[in-house]
Amino acid sequence: MAKVSMIVNGTPATGNIDPRTLLVQFLRENLRLTGTHVGCDTSQCGACVVHLDGKAVKACTVLAVMADGHEVTTIEGLAADGAPLHPMQEAFREHHGLQCGFCTPGMIMTAVDLVNRKGHELSDPVIREELEGNLCRCTGYQNIVLSIAAGAKAMAT
Amino acid sequence: MYDFIYHRPGTVRQAANLFAKNADAKLIAGGHTLVPVMKQRLAAPPHLVDLSHIEGLDGIELKGRNLVIGALAKHNDVATSSTVAEAIPALAELAALIGDPAVRHKGTIGGSLANNDPTADYPAACLALGATIVTNKRKLKPEEFFQGLFTTALEADEIITKVSFPIPRKAAYVKFRNQASRYALVGVFVARLPSGVRVTVTGAGGDGVFRVAAFEDALQKRFASKAIDGLAVSPDGLNSDLHGSAEYRAHLIGVLAKRAVDAANARA
Repeated sequence: MAKVSMIVNGTPATGNIDPRTLLVQFLRENLRLTGTHVGCDTSQCGACVVHLDGKAVKACTVLAVMADGHEVTTIEGLAADGAPLHPMQEAFREHHGLQCGFCTPGMIMTAVDLVNRKGHELSDPVIREELEGNLCRCTGYQNIVLSIAAGAKAMAT
Repeated sequence: MYDFIYHRPGTVRQAANLFAKNADAKLIAGGHTLVPVMKQRLAAPPHLVDLSHIEGLDGIELKGRNLVIGALAKHNDVATSSTVAEAIPALAELAALIGDPAVRHKGTIGGSLANNDPTADYPAACLALGATIVTNKRKLKPEEFFQGLFTTALEADEIITKVSFPIPRKAAYVKFRNQASRYALVGVFVARLPSGVRVTVTGAGGDGVFRVAAFEDALQKRFASKAIDGLAVSPDGLNSDLHGSAEYRAHLIGVLAKRAVDAANARA
């Protein structure tokens, strides 16, 4: 077993875990933060994207022990319970950027990372290129792209 | 994934020393090859040595006529570094074509080279630019470092610390991506160095990255895409799979080499 301690959504979290535990398992099964999804489990689909030290990573391909001492933000950490949604979440709601919703947490975490890296004015081609690591099996990309463009602008205000 | 004992050394020396007691240990940096392989049970190291918390191994700096990149530099660091963009823009562009944004936040140049995947991008840049791969024990040229599919000259307790790239006069990398995996179906790196022209190919070779002597000779005489018109690469020994036949890959090498030469010449 291995002791891990990290900051998750601004709160210290600890665990005594099997070293094999993936970060996404630790988040979902130990911390019960089930907003982060497991889709392909092969670092292709992006349903498990969280921020590790402020950068988007695929939590199915990070060992929880390797995140020990670091900061993690999940979809639950974007807006506090009862508080208004994060502007990117609100944009997905407003523009119906989802169908079944399974890929949505990963899409939103990727989108926020994209805004952090490339700013608030994002063209369609840039958004589509940047989404290459996030798959929507409903193929609802059109509204996802619309949502991200709107959410990026809203994050500036 | 099979069970393992996790180690987190603070220095390269500590990491190397862990191999004295655990010869069958494996190194992990970004983990974006090793973790998937361990999940599939294709690798089951009893000890895992995590290099990712060793400080000072992710720097990117100019040293004379060389661009020196620390082994733990992430693909995203290389892709977005202004130092890389000014010194060897082809290398920044290559790094930006690896995987996807989240993968580029974790994957490292050292890990990519140590794994020597026959479809990886960095081996093509190393061989074309005549890079020096520096380890905790010695310095290796690409010709001796890359030894075939997933095989390198690295000993079990040898750790890549940095890679030094001579700055070329001109260079470009053109990649034809597998649409599903984003790995190179074929990638061609063309470099015009003071010592001559080099053309390297990844993704296609049955033994991993290789040079195309006929293209190099022609481009040495005249560095223009027309110089390699009519020259063909033999499909013998090239990979053939459901993504593309050896003949298709051989054809792509010619097409991509021309595009790479044009791209290199288009740079100011």
